[in-house]
Amino acid sequence: MAETKKRVSIPGTTLFDGEAARKGYALNQMCYSFNSADNRAAFVQDEAAYCRKFGLNAEQRAAVEARNVLALIAAGGNVYYLAKFAGILGLDVQDLGAQQTGMTKEAFKAKLIEAGR
Amino acid sequence: MAKIVGSILTSHVPAIGRAIAGGLQGDPYWKPLFDGYPPVQKWLQEVKPDVVVILYNDHGLNFFLDKMPTFAVGAAPSYQNADEGWGIPTLPAFPGDQDLSWHLIEELVEKEFDVTTCQEMLVDHAYTLPMKLLWPNAGDSWPVRTVPVCINTVQHPLPSAKRCFKLGQAVGEAIRSWDSDARVLVLGTGGLSHQLDGERAGFINKEFDLAFMDSLVKDPAWATQYSVDELIEKTGTQGIELLMWVAARAALGTDAGSARLLHSNYHIPISNTAAGLMLFDSQD
Repeated sequence: MAETKKRVSIPGTTLFDGEAARKGYALNQMCYSFNSADNRAAFVQDEAAYCRKFGLNAEQRAAVEARNVLALIAAGGNVYYLAKFAGILGLDVQDLGAQQTGMTKEAFKAKLIEAGR
Repeated sequence: MAKIVGSILTSHVPAIGRAIAGGLQGDPYWKPLFDGYPPVQKWLQEVKPDVVVILYNDHGLNFFLDKMPTFAVGAAPSYQNADEGWGIPTLPAFPGDQDLSWHLIEELVEKEFDVTTCQEMLVDHAYTLPMKLLWPNAGDSWPVRTVPVCINTVQHPLPSAKRCFKLGQAVGEAIRSWDSDARVLVLGTGGLSHQLDGERAGFINKEFDLAFMDSLVKDPAWATQYSVDELIEKTGTQGIELLMWVAARAALGTDAGSARLLHSNYHIPISNTAAGLMLFDSQD
């Protein structure tokens, strides 16, 4: 029998594996397109049409509309591509962290500083 | 034959690019990071490397999920930086060294690392920002040629620390067998502990980071005892970028005596990240 891979379950953590990569392909492809300033502008101009162009499913479309990071990850989003979407919204990684942990941005930043003590 | 002068390991947080663009190096938030680099810059002025082999991870600029190589080696005449989605000013193109690229490719494949070869390759902040931190006054022309070695940390399965250690070892052997009088620096970028995604976002592990940095001095293979999942548990989903540090240190040799620590710095937080820096010179 094949050796089973040693997997660790990490609370509050989704590893972007093959399952997520399959599920999130359209969403991640759209976010990857945001490397281009023209594409970012096209999204802002007509968000619904832009999402349709990339064939987002209903779960992905709803997560994009809600700007909900945990829902975007659940829909197969990868954080490196999602960060490009966050850029359009003017959000930095502390904003994303605060939203995902249910903290205010100030509290999230304080938590980061505390980790250094 | 070519000589490896040393290895530099550094974090590569995108926000550093904004700080550089905004001239914030002396700002109280940024000073503890930027103050780490002058001793390294001074060392570089003295040893004057000709080429830098850069072990880094792409964050969705050059590679998308349509084709995701585990290990990729650049073989381009030059490497352009480009917009990663945030409109941060791009840095000037980096000259390549195609002779070393193809020598690396030959030697790595010979050693059973079946790398993807790239004659066109965009390089992101993980490549450009460490270079700007090492040569802040480079202006429009970099004083060194560069060769990218990209390790997948985007899509699991990721290569293990053990595999990356061996890759680094093979890169080091390849450089030393290159028929050239070039002086080569090995640069590894990423980490240290941080996690951007999930309810555990903001995770930082100072104790593990310091143990890891210490291990690169005393026992460079120490991290290879851990699986990728175990390393993520200890360092965060993006803390796994320590793989590049493991590889770049192994390029100097696999035992403690192969390299000497000349300088290090560690600061929490830069953005969501524990930022680290280490400079080793080669003892071979």
